[in-house]
Amino acid sequence: MRDSLNAIFRRDLALAYRQRSELMQPMMFFILVISLFPLGIGPNPEILQKVGPGVIWVAAILSSLLGMERLFKDDFNDGSLEQIMLSATPLPMVVLVKVFAHWLTSIVPLLILSPLLALFLNLTEDMYWALLCTLLLGTPLLSLVGAIAVGLTLGLNRGGVLLALLLLPVFIPLLIFATAAVEAASLQLPYNAQLAIIGAMLLISLAMAPFAIAYALRVSQN
Amino acid sequence: MWKWLHPYAKTQNAYELCRRLQPWFVITALITFVVGMVWGLAFAPADYQQGDSFRIIYIHVPSAILSMGAYSAMAIAAFIGLVWQVRTAFMAMIALAPIGAVVTFIALFTGAAWGKPMWGTWWVWDARLTSELILLFLYLGVISLYASFEDKHQAGKAAGVMAIVGVVNLPIIHFSVEWWNTLHQGASITKFDKPSVAPEMLWPLLISILGLALVMAAIFIRRLQNEILRRELNRPWVQTLVSTAREK
Amino acid sequence: MQFDNLTAFFHMGGYAFYVWLSFGVSVLALVLLAVDAMRQQKVLFNAVEKEQARKVRIKAAQTETKQNRLDKQNMSQNEEVTHEP
Repeated sequence: MRDSLNAIFRRDLALAYRQRSELMQPMMFFILVISLFPLGIGPNPEILQKVGPGVIWVAAILSSLLGMERLFKDDFNDGSLEQIMLSATPLPMVVLVKVFAHWLTSIVPLLILSPLLALFLNLTEDMYWALLCTLLLGTPLLSLVGAIAVGLTLGLNRGGVLLALLLLPVFIPLLIFATAAVEAASLQLPYNAQLAIIGAMLLISLAMAPFAIAYALRVSQN
Repeated sequence: MWKWLHPYAKTQNAYELCRRLQPWFVITALITFVVGMVWGLAFAPADYQQGDSFRIIYIHVPSAILSMGAYSAMAIAAFIGLVWQVRTAFMAMIALAPIGAVVTFIALFTGAAWGKPMWGTWWVWDARLTSELILLFLYLGVISLYASFEDKHQAGKAAGVMAIVGVVNLPIIHFSVEWWNTLHQGASITKFDKPSVAPEMLWPLLISILGLALVMAAIFIRRLQNEILRRELNRPWVQTLVSTAREK
Repeated sequence: MQFDNLTAFFHMGGYAFYVWLSFGVSVLALVLLAVDAMRQQKVLFNAVEKEQARKVRIKAAQTETKQNRLDKQNMSQNEEVTHEP
């Protein structure tokens, strides 16, 4: 089982590496959306600092949605997903590995970009560290919960907008707690509580989402 | 214990049951709803602070409570469908979704119409209004997911998964919004949080809740029958049912 | 009755617009929902009837063609019979 999971993991990484340009697009989108905000709101550093955490998180959610469909779409189209489902390896484990690979390849680059964006939006250093912590804990949650909806909409031709419609309401608590943590950091207050709640949500989804994703894939594969 | 329920997993029996119950539900729903509304609008005392605008409570609170209740009912139906593979449960789920969405809309609309005279603005990001708004989005998500599938059996399963994801999230959303709200706004809305409601206001409120619930149930029964018909259009029992109904 | 007369009732202590707006929209929404459900029932019943009529027609057409074929066969057999002597 470990061998096959390993193989799937390496295969997904290799595939992602070969599709570098496609992976770049959500990142470009992320930067672009964030640079639109100062243009729309005005360059006042104080206002930017105030809206910064929210803007970064909203942009992160939107750009993660953009790349989300890649998670299973190609495998679904060329039939390799069916092969994987027929194999002896338990599907929830496979799915977990695939989600992790997807997170590594399409979300971690966003995290690496985040210092630049913190500079753009005039975040203080305390705020930046809080932001990074929330992103580290929160984005895996995005991928895990998002994968359920991706699995459900796989068979549909135009699932993109529907995916956003399904997922955005579900992500609201994460957005609230994450931005609250950064806001607390900006006031020099402790933000452990918010991080703990995000961590709890991550753990719950880690325990339950793989099974939901596996079921969703079976529904789509019919 | 639950064995008496099993026959109703069969669509024909469920349809028969709905058809027999329907007149009772329609009659009791109309009576209770009208009594609740008239009592609330004309006979309940006005609030000493808010005057007669307070009467919006007799539609606002029932719709707010029942919008959440309908979502839970939908998720329970989805759960039954997913675990025990009951097709009728999926039909019940999707029959309930538009009703829940409309009731959520009513809660939002009346909340806004109440907010205007009380807070001076149609919309505030009040915790309860915000979670109702998110609830509406969740309903719309389930409905549009169901609508996107050609194969309605698959659609039922997919929408069921989404309904359950939503119901797991609902308490989290509710508490997060409440907490977010207290963080961002002062206690400007606490005048709604009265310690207790006078009995002459409480009774009409309870009756309006019951009335709206019965109205929703009556519509639900009709919609469930429609859903069963739509999915089993070519089955012999549907054909005989329609021809006997037309002969009458 | 909490109100002195009907005008006062409709006036709702100055909040007439908001109270009647919210009750009106709510009742309208529920009525639309109920009407839609009943209309759908009618549409579905019609669809079932149409399907039934179609089946009857198909069956009639099928028996007709079958009958024709049989007739033709009979005729050809008869012809053969007549040719024999």
